[in-house]
Amino acid sequence: MAADDAKEMNGAEEPRREREQPAPPGYFEGESMTRRRALTVGSQALGGLAGAAIILPAIGFAVAPIFHRGKERWEKVGPVSDFVEDTYRQVVFTETEGIGDAGKAIAYVRKSSQELEEEPGIYVAVSNRCAHLGCPVRFVEAAGNFICPCHGGVYDFQGKRIGGPPVRPLDRFQTRVRDGQVEVGPRYSVTNSLSPVRARDPGEFTGGVWEYLYPPRPSTFPAP
Amino acid sequence: MPKILDTIVPAPLRKPAKPGSEGVPKDPAPKDLKTSPERQTEYQKLGQKAVEAPMETVAWLDQRLGASGFLTGMLFRKVPKGTNWFYTLGSATLFAFIVQAITGVFLAMFYTPSATQAYSSIAHINNDVPLGQLVHGMHKWGASVMVILIFLHMGRTFFFGAYKYPRELNWVIGVVLLILTMTMAFTGYLLPFDQRSYWASIVGININGTGPIVGPYLSDFLRAGPELGATTLSRFYAIHMLLVPGALIALIGAHMYLVVKLGTTAPPWTKAEKPKVAIPVAQLDAGVESNGRMNGNSANGVHVNGAGGNGATSA
Repeated sequence: MAADDAKEMNGAEEPRREREQPAPPGYFEGESMTRRRALTVGSQALGGLAGAAIILPAIGFAVAPIFHRGKERWEKVGPVSDFVEDTYRQVVFTETEGIGDAGKAIAYVRKSSQELEEEPGIYVAVSNRCAHLGCPVRFVEAAGNFICPCHGGVYDFQGKRIGGPPVRPLDRFQTRVRDGQVEVGPRYSVTNSLSPVRARDPGEFTGGVWEYLYPPRPSTFPAP
Repeated sequence: MPKILDTIVPAPLRKPAKPGSEGVPKDPAPKDLKTSPERQTEYQKLGQKAVEAPMETVAWLDQRLGASGFLTGMLFRKVPKGTNWFYTLGSATLFAFIVQAITGVFLAMFYTPSATQAYSSIAHINNDVPLGQLVHGMHKWGASVMVILIFLHMGRTFFFGAYKYPRELNWVIGVVLLILTMTMAFTGYLLPFDQRSYWASIVGININGTGPIVGPYLSDFLRAGPELGATTLSRFYAIHMLLVPGALIALIGAHMYLVVKLGTTAPPWTKAEKPKVAIPVAQLDAGVESNGRMNGNSANGVHVNGAGGNGATSA
């Protein structure tokens, strides 16, 4: 019985009526947005702009090196008489300036070979950076192969992969002859058939569809 | 001073009426108030102050912070039956992180993040700075300890099923913390700039590069260029000591908030207890004992009726 009384007193059976809200100050007929809402959205937008003005330049600053290409460097590595067709000569040169020994790179340089049907009269400079993950490979004279100490990558005389985990042949450096001196220039990568492409990092395939999956980076030099 | 009318003073601020005045029964003051207390010497007073000072400081702080409620709730929170040593792995990881943070701050006082000077500054820390080798060693080995502990902690969470509802978000935060810890380990490895760290970083960056499409750009971002260069080391250093630690500290805070908020889980081998028989409120009020769980007194088998019979006296 008590419950029924309470129901009657609360008027639970009656349909709920919408209470009429008084119009907010400054309301006019046909307005699409209250003043409060406009000010809220406006101040949030201003705050967003201020945030973007701080964050965007900072991010741009941090990622800028991706789009920056350094100056092209050519380093003398020795007179032309130093280099022969049938074996490599190891040369050390500065690839990156300002960081001492850490900026040095090693290349194995030889004259182009008639036997291997290479373009005559040029010099081949093979990078010692393994195409697997970037360890330093060594040219082993007795085997005529490049061998990587880290994970057992093996490359033939021309730098083509013949064993182990590497994904492509060894990188090369552009070469030229100035005043009887062989000069080594920017790095480039090669496909499995030794055609030059823009330099890729180790571990990245070259040629075919891989050229799109590992796109060329703006920070590298165009292939010769 | 003129007397203020009681009617205009708010009730809580009003002076209590004197015994014997109108409407208040005349009651003799308690005996204790009549005897004058023993005089304290100046030294005794100072001693008293010294004893009270820490408590007063804490009270002063707490009046302004209002932290005691939260701290009591956090420090004296209930943990489930069966909680064991495996549950300390998270705290152990936190401890390892704190060791890394403290030793890292002091290493930064001697370290130079430059490709030409980094190696010699580490050699200087190890060979010349008093206790340098110890602090550097703590940071170096502490890094491995933290990685091991975070994995053990993750394993505990997984095998105890502690990642399930409602703790999924804490698992997600924990995974982000794991990734950030690995980032710390990776970026910190380059900093000594010896042969091992140089080649390990080369390999690590190149592994980053093997991700299709974004990989090559990620490598360029990490190296600040196509080759490991002059700013690579400073970049790693900034990530190692500014960017990631900030994120780590913030996420550890969120992680621990959720641990306290949601509580910990019981081990999976703990059996659920049968619920106790409910006691009607009427019987509770009447002081009827049931199940030996009525109040503090009945636990001791002593039931005291009357003024002194509350739970506090039986302890």
